[in-house]
Amino acid sequence: MREINVSEVTAAIAKLCMDSCYYLPEAVKNKIKAAIKTEESPLGREILTTLVENFELAQQKAVPLCQDTGLTVVFLEIGQEVHFVGGDLYTAIHAGVAKGYTDGYLRKSSVGDPVFDRKNSGDNTPAIIHTKIVPGDKVKMIVCPKGCGSENMGALKMLKPADGVEGIKKFVVDTVRAAGPNPCPPVTVGVGIGGNMEQAALLAKYALTRTAGEHNADERYAQLEDELLELVNKTGVGPSGLGGSTTALAVNVEFTHTHIGGLPCAVNLNCHQARRAEAEL
Amino acid sequence: MSEQAVIKYIQAPLTAETIKDLHAGDVVRISGYIYTARDAAHKRLYEALGRGEQLPLDLTNNIIYYVGPTPAKPGEVVGSAGPTTSGRMDKYTPTMIEQGMRGMIGKGLRSQEVIDACVKYGAVYFVAVGGAAAVIAQSIKGEEMIAYEDLGPEAIRRYEVKDFPAIVCIDSEGNDFYKVGIAKYSKE
Repeated sequence: MREINVSEVTAAIAKLCMDSCYYLPEAVKNKIKAAIKTEESPLGREILTTLVENFELAQQKAVPLCQDTGLTVVFLEIGQEVHFVGGDLYTAIHAGVAKGYTDGYLRKSSVGDPVFDRKNSGDNTPAIIHTKIVPGDKVKMIVCPKGCGSENMGALKMLKPADGVEGIKKFVVDTVRAAGPNPCPPVTVGVGIGGNMEQAALLAKYALTRTAGEHNADERYAQLEDELLELVNKTGVGPSGLGGSTTALAVNVEFTHTHIGGLPCAVNLNCHQARRAEAEL
Repeated sequence: MSEQAVIKYIQAPLTAETIKDLHAGDVVRISGYIYTARDAAHKRLYEALGRGEQLPLDLTNNIIYYVGPTPAKPGEVVGSAGPTTSGRMDKYTPTMIEQGMRGMIGKGLRSQEVIDACVKYGAVYFVAVGGAAAVIAQSIKGEEMIAYEDLGPEAIRRYEVKDFPAIVCIDSEGNDFYKVGIAKYSKE
């Protein structure tokens, strides 16, 4: 048994909120820079160059890359040997988000009641927390702030087994094409296949937490990722959706078992700023 | 912005002559004064009009920038301030144009009703690069709170801008640069 005081979690989450909103992961930066060399549209190349200028400026000044600093999605992997002390874990995470968004001059974009009041909570809480219990005595935290321009363009379809891989390809490409300029392309496409309705959606989000450039460990799914990326980049949507050959930087597929009668498929889009930051306690 | 593109330097508020000279795909730099408003502010403006009340700002010839900025760090004029998705304002936009608004800055697709209103009244939809919020903020030189301060990032502000970078997406003839651009590079 290892004891961890939840105050450590609060401090770590606050820092991850700020870091993820100011500093784009190196792997994403490299993908955007590489796209400048292959993008066919002159305007598209100019837009990609502006994005490079933007992440360099944000880093230099330690200011948010984007004004939409998102809802705060937190993925936690908690070792089962860990015993949290000093308070409630979820309260500690929310406190970390409130601290990070307040001290870090990040935008507060969370409304408490979605239909009637839509009143801003004022500190971006609550976080959206996904926990997984794993072997060991460590705690891994991944913070992914997620803006709504891209989140609004996600989709889920309960495909049927007979739809197969072709059905998946059509759904993914249709979703990206219909999203057009709205999710701030070039996007990262998160695809969740299998499970049931909510599990497919969660897998699609989890797929977006991957470090840019990593492929699914299963070769068939890794190949599907490559094929989907090629198809998506044929849509012509391009940087900022103003036309071009770089519509997506990556397609990440996650899969799991499913029912004999189902083939759920969810698509969660991320903007060109595939923001993430992680830490381990 | 494109390599061969000629940049048009324009002033805000807009004039009918300026609007007539703007065409889908034109790269512009906007200087002068623009107003911010996004989802919640639009809803309030729309509801105020519905009740026959006077608006807290005169929309005549003005540009509305769809943005909810981050808080400014000490010493900065504004925080990061890039465009938000415009389509969410579509429900309110034809009414706003009818009230005199002549320009919008945002990003993303617009409805046919918005395009029709641009043609009918002579208005323009500009797009800025989504996510280039730190770069765009550099063209914002002054900020003044105008209305609905309780909405925080969604409050209506007036920005003084110098060479704000944008592209004409929908012009007053109803041309939509998204359609043109995507069709040109589609390989489907």
